[in-house]
Amino acid sequence: MAIIEGADARGVERVERLDRIWRERPGLTGWLTTTDHKRIGLMYLVTSLLFFAAGGVEALIMRTQLATAGERVVGPERYDQLMTMHGVTMIFFFVIPLSTGAFGNYLIPLMIGARDMAFPRLNALSFWLFLGSGILFYTGLAIGQAPDAGWFNYVPLASRQYSPGLGIDFYALGLILNGASSTVAAANFLVTIAKLRAPGMSLNRMPLFCYANLAASFSLLFALPVLTVDLMFLELSRKFGLHFFDPGRGGQPLLWQDLFWFFGHPEVYIIVLPAFGIATSIIPTFTRRRMAAFPLVALAELLVAFIGFGVWVHHMFTTGLPTIALVFFAAASLIIVIPSGIQIYAWCMTMVTGSPEFRTPLLFIVGFILFFVFGGLSGITLAAVPFDQQVTDTYYVVAHFHYVIWGAAVFPLLGGLYYWFPKVTGRMYHERMGQISFWLVFAGTNVTFFPMHISGLLGMPRRVFTYPGNLGWGPENFVSTLGAFLLTGGLVLIAVNLVYSRLRGEPAGPNPFGAPTLEWTTTSPPPPYNFAVIPEVTSPYPGWDDPTREADTRRLERGELVLEHGHETPATTPVDGRLDEIVSMPSDSPWPITLAAVTTIGFAMVLSNHLIGAAIMAALAAAALCAWHAHEPEAG
Amino acid sequence: MLFAGCNSNQSIVNPATEQARQIDRLWWAMFVGAMVVFATVVFLLVLAFVRRRTAPSHDDRRPYMVVVGGGFVAPVVLLAILFGFVIDVMPAVSTPPAGSTRMTVVVIGHQYFWEFRYPGTGAITANELHLPANTPVEIAVRTADVIHSFWVPRLNRKIDMIPGRTNRIEIDAPTPGVYRGQCSEFCGEGHALMAFDVIVQPPAAFRQWLANQQQTPPAPSGVAAAGLQVFQSAGCGSCHMIAGTSAVGQVGPDLTHVGSRSTIAALTLPNTPQALYDWITDPQRYKPGARMPGFSSLPAGQRHSLVAYLESLR
Repeated sequence: MAIIEGADARGVERVERLDRIWRERPGLTGWLTTTDHKRIGLMYLVTSLLFFAAGGVEALIMRTQLATAGERVVGPERYDQLMTMHGVTMIFFFVIPLSTGAFGNYLIPLMIGARDMAFPRLNALSFWLFLGSGILFYTGLAIGQAPDAGWFNYVPLASRQYSPGLGIDFYALGLILNGASSTVAAANFLVTIAKLRAPGMSLNRMPLFCYANLAASFSLLFALPVLTVDLMFLELSRKFGLHFFDPGRGGQPLLWQDLFWFFGHPEVYIIVLPAFGIATSIIPTFTRRRMAAFPLVALAELLVAFIGFGVWVHHMFTTGLPTIALVFFAAASLIIVIPSGIQIYAWCMTMVTGSPEFRTPLLFIVGFILFFVFGGLSGITLAAVPFDQQVTDTYYVVAHFHYVIWGAAVFPLLGGLYYWFPKVTGRMYHERMGQISFWLVFAGTNVTFFPMHISGLLGMPRRVFTYPGNLGWGPENFVSTLGAFLLTGGLVLIAVNLVYSRLRGEPAGPNPFGAPTLEWTTTSPPPPYNFAVIPEVTSPYPGWDDPTREADTRRLERGELVLEHGHETPATTPVDGRLDEIVSMPSDSPWPITLAAVTTIGFAMVLSNHLIGAAIMAALAAAALCAWHAHEPEAG
Repeated sequence: MLFAGCNSNQSIVNPATEQARQIDRLWWAMFVGAMVVFATVVFLLVLAFVRRRTAPSHDDRRPYMVVVGGGFVAPVVLLAILFGFVIDVMPAVSTPPAGSTRMTVVVIGHQYFWEFRYPGTGAITANELHLPANTPVEIAVRTADVIHSFWVPRLNRKIDMIPGRTNRIEIDAPTPGVYRGQCSEFCGEGHALMAFDVIVQPPAAFRQWLANQQQTPPAPSGVAAAGLQVFQSAGCGSCHMIAGTSAVGQVGPDLTHVGSRSTIAALTLPNTPQALYDWITDPQRYKPGARMPGFSSLPAGQRHSLVAYLESLR
């Protein structure tokens, strides 16, 4: 690393001392007890990609069943399970954990010049709870009791009367646990971004990636509790016979839908906001230009999260609500187009006025822009109430949200995998193979999802395991299925590229792309303490202000914010980013994983009606919390 | 080209009523607008690729103008126009005002079939909704169990059937014909096979049909009479209703005039003696998740006479 290489003996000695203080336990124990945001990020990455593979296989089976009319690959019972598992897996166990858990965790402390997240043990707890919820949820499938009422899980279909098995309980309890994990993570991101930015990083110098994550975390924090309440109502109804949704006893089936979509639509923005953040990181690097209209883009990211809370009823336009409600929510759903439009034109204009170099990460961002605009435009048509009342619950909607959630949200994640691969592994990915993988995935996405617009307009409903051959939906479905396999081929090529490059790639050095944000000023991969000296921040693109980081080298020699006497990181004021205090950070701990394991087992016991066992687990969880707090880091 | 199959009978872009036509027009207007907007973004991306400046321009004034113009001013104008269009179409597809229709049909969704009642006449049928042409009809939808959604794309928008509520839309079809509809809210295993036909008839033919549906079927004779006995002894009447017999079940479709229908099991099978026989023998084979149990335990002869009886109910 340039900063250390140029340093004198005093600087090198300071770095050696940091190495000793931040050394982690070796081997498996090290991973199980780690509080290092990078290791936790990597565990999120691997786990969410495994769930992605599971969700992908589920999708391929469904596409095979729908390849032609009257296919008999799976029956409706199995199809409904696959459909539910696919939706829940992709949203709760793939996209959110990958975008916030993996990318957010790994990158945010590095981008803001911090040594870890604000609450490192809480961060570990988030991951282990996420893993626990995933295992719990997939246990249902393993024992043949997978949920089958769709990811939206409407009552009364999901009530005990119409879904008597354990499937819905796996859904509800798995998602309550998953929600706890995400809520904790969101709080952690908010505090980290507000308090742990390096001195000098006032709000106007904060990377747009962090704005996007801030907005997504804000949405998560306020949307998820609503889903949790909804799921608790459902479980209380199913397990103890309460009547939240039963109109015969004063309940209301639409209550489920209102609460579900009050969470469910902000959820869409929670999914795409991190993608916006990745786009605003990749575009400047490969166009050698700062983001055009930076303040407007930052504002737009925050506005999207805010307005996202006012549009949920557009998922319920056909439930027979009064016209005035429909008009209000149609207007809100149209207004949210504006912040998205601002960002789209800002991305485009940065490329037009910059000097773009179309390497793999930027190609994925170009694909993302095209998908986001296309999916956004079909989204506008769904805000037009009468048209929505025609096409809702048809394949037109399936096409729309796959353009948005797959094309717009996941493409930047794929581009981001390539972009930060050298930082994480210290090796370069294979550029040529990377570009081929882009074209395969790009073509595969269009071939799979474009025909669904047409089958939807021709009247094909969603969530059907089969369809008649005489309604003109055959060719569209057959092409979609071919596209799904093409898409899979492209994804496999990405996996091959990254695995091969991990083993054989060229050494990357700290900053192979000449990128401007702070994560590129440290070694690849970064040391456990991230930065030998907390970097100096002079603009949102500090790497371009001082490419050699000469000033940081001198500060290392002087011992200015090296903090080589303890497990420490600086905290700053939330707006101006002035140094506030030095905070002590906890090191590795066995308690987060213990607490998560005990909680997961407790949930499994509630699910299987072993309430005494669940009570014992709750007591153990309380004990684990006490043990956790018995070991506070010493004050600076 | 794009919509080569647009003659299909469940297509949104093949409207058969004024309401469906208004929604279709809204769609094509939005389609054209969307393509124009999409083209501007594609143009900018192509421009970035073609130009590929060797050195970036750091001047932010022009980008700001494009961002504000394209991202704020243009959307505000276009969305305002669209909003006006939406407000204009909405009344046509909303709940019809009281007294604006000439008759009402009550539609009740069941897992997994459709029940149609004609209030004031006592006529009840299943999976085939007969309507008079050129007559505004109020469709009042309810459900007997979970949420379903009533949808005949060529005639009007869809409307959800939610426990504890009655929702209403209007259908006013000018041209006699058969229009396909299908459940469009996921309702369980049989959701994909819960379809129905709307049969629009000239008003005179419709009145005749309705009068026939109100008749109690005559007492069966011959094989059909034996079939009635099988029907009663096998317990069919605990789920099905046949006017004029002891069968008053409310779980399955009303069979009073089942022989007059052209399909069975919500459009899953044609209503032929062979198909009806197969269905009675093993419904799960044709429609997994159907609530009806199989009757393969009945001797084949009894099943044949049962079919003969049911087919006689015209």
